[in-house]
Amino acid sequence: MSQVPADPHAAVVATAGGVEDGPILTVDGQPLDEALARAGRRARWRAFLLVMPLLVFVIITFITPIGQMLHRAIYNPTFSQNMPRISAWLKAHPDEPPTEEAYALLIEDLKEARKNKTIGAVATRINYDVPGTRSLFTSTARKAKRLKPPYMEAMLKVNRKWGDPRIWTAMRQAAHAYTIDFLLNALDFTRDAKGDIVRVDPERQIYGKLFLRTLVLSLVITGLTLVLGFPIAHLLASLPLKYSNLLMIFVLLPFWTSLLVRTTSWIVLLQTNGVINDILVWLGLIREDQRLQMIFNQTGTVIAMTHILLPFMVLPLYSVMRTIDPSYVRAARSLGATSWTAFRRIYLPQTVPGIGAGALLVFILAVGYYITPALVGGSSGQLISNMIAFHMQKSLNWSLAAALASLLLGGVLILYWLYDKLVGIDNLKLG
Amino acid sequence: MALPPYASPLERLWHRVYLVICAAIFLFLIAPILIIIPLSFNAEPYFTFTDKMLSLDPAGFSLRWYKTLLTFGMINPDNPDTWAWWRDVWENAKWVQAAKNSIIIGVFATLLATVLGTVAALGLSRPEMPYRRLIMAVLISPMIVPIIIVATGLFFFYSMTGLAGSYLGIILAHATLGIPFVIITVTATLVGFDHSLTRAAASLGASPTTTFFKVQMPLIMPGVISGALFAFVTSFDEVVVVLFVAAYDQQTIPRQMWNGIREQISPAILAVATILVAISILLLTTIELLRRRNERLRGIQG
Repeated sequence: MSQVPADPHAAVVATAGGVEDGPILTVDGQPLDEALARAGRRARWRAFLLVMPLLVFVIITFITPIGQMLHRAIYNPTFSQNMPRISAWLKAHPDEPPTEEAYALLIEDLKEARKNKTIGAVATRINYDVPGTRSLFTSTARKAKRLKPPYMEAMLKVNRKWGDPRIWTAMRQAAHAYTIDFLLNALDFTRDAKGDIVRVDPERQIYGKLFLRTLVLSLVITGLTLVLGFPIAHLLASLPLKYSNLLMIFVLLPFWTSLLVRTTSWIVLLQTNGVINDILVWLGLIREDQRLQMIFNQTGTVIAMTHILLPFMVLPLYSVMRTIDPSYVRAARSLGATSWTAFRRIYLPQTVPGIGAGALLVFILAVGYYITPALVGGSSGQLISNMIAFHMQKSLNWSLAAALASLLLGGVLILYWLYDKLVGIDNLKLG
Repeated sequence: MALPPYASPLERLWHRVYLVICAAIFLFLIAPILIIIPLSFNAEPYFTFTDKMLSLDPAGFSLRWYKTLLTFGMINPDNPDTWAWWRDVWENAKWVQAAKNSIIIGVFATLLATVLGTVAALGLSRPEMPYRRLIMAVLISPMIVPIIIVATGLFFFYSMTGLAGSYLGIILAHATLGIPFVIITVTATLVGFDHSLTRAAASLGASPTTTFFKVQMPLIMPGVISGALFAFVTSFDEVVVVLFVAAYDQQTIPRQMWNGIREQISPAILAVATILVAISILLLTTIELLRRRNERLRGIQG
């Protein structure tokens, strides 16, 4: 077909009649498949342009900060920047024990760090790896100006600890701005005097225990929300809409109420002089001096978090249960199944998608919970998030906080991916 | 839920027990929220019901904690001049300042999240959207990532970019946290959207903008409003990011509550909590009305 047909329908007619071979053309004479591809491309672009502003916004305000934090978990230039000479020497001589030259460079750096007022940061950095060495750096830096060669001898005279291979290993590690040491610390590993990776002493293995506690408590909370959520979701799903919408208020009002309000109410209810203890005493179940300690410990964390996360279990369960046709159970009954068998073999398997969606969502939210454990957890009810906050605000070991946060984030993202695979984010519903 | 007529006596008994269990769980859900309401009217600084309250003696109840909310932080709470007194409240009372901050931050964060989120949801619900699943996962992630991680990341990012301690920083952060809710609610309303309506509008000569404002907007409005309410509540209730990136004097209601609970918990907190519960009841009612309107618009019989 060499020329544009005058009649708009000519192309269609021509091909339909099979008179001429060649591609189908549109009105304005372009091949149809090309025009369709172009229109499709334009539609894709239009859809993407609508999403783009938000995507850019989220990348700037959310992805970048988190990426930066992840970077901080493996990057700490405090030592290498403020002690440049000794860092360079340590990097150049990876396996050599410290020589006179090294001590001389160290003294130069200490003097300069004191002048720049960065010695405190440097001392803190080494103190992370070898506890109890903070004053070693600050006090030696104070005396550094008066030290005369031979420097090795002079330094050892100031403090014998300068001959300790552990300090030199710590400096050797810190000389590299990129390090996996903070991630190792977050997993209860450390380096021995030779620089090999070993587990820390059993009494200092706190992070592993904390991760384990977070995992166990989250599982307990997920289990409890399932046990409590299943019956009421079932009731709501089997009632006529008129009543279930009314009863749904019991689930949605807590969902809409401020987290801090709910946590406060649990403090009021559970404290030793609180409402529940008062009722128990009044009922004569416990004596005045036997008041139960139900808050500021693990029990408090579990009760309050179960209450707070329960709606996240009930809502997905309810939306799945609503779609289950009651005639299946009736059919099972009519075929002679007892009500228990009908429930177990017919009803329960159909609710599994709801159980999966609810349990995963509750578990994901529980693992990273911060506010409630911080307020009602006491010391035994703290989770991994609280430890991250502790390192951010109190100990100021930001690299360790970032390392712990990276591990937590990794775990959560795996669960999130699983949720997307099994449930699909599109099926996330709110109320 | 009616029991079938063929139920055995054992099943009838179990059904009763089941209903009692459900009632107990509903009580577990609602009691903690309702219990603080009468306690906030306690005349004594206790968190439990006094004998006077239990016997419904008016002397056991008072509004003193609500008054504390106004007077705390005032320069001259005993000022006899009513006008000057209220002016003092408006300018100096700590809780009033916190409420002002919370509302300013909440309103701007909600506007930002709603506008960006709605436009993005329109794109995301088009069938030709490329990488739809991945982008959706990224946009929903602020809801899933633990808040402490977000706060930690923002703390580093803001101290580097100079946004720390600014209202803009908090507003941007809160908008990010509210976006997932807007996306979820708006895409949910768009799922059942009949695309032949937009084509009909176009065939009648409407421009895409006219089609959007006259045809699409009214239909997705319930989703947009409930998304906006979710975003506002998220911002209004958010404390961790504020604790990490806000300046010392940028108090918000949740931050003030947080400090109150951590340091010395007084029944004034319960008065705030009661007000917040009243607000959430109001919001819940609004959402429910919107849902019904949405169903009516789509011709679904409830």
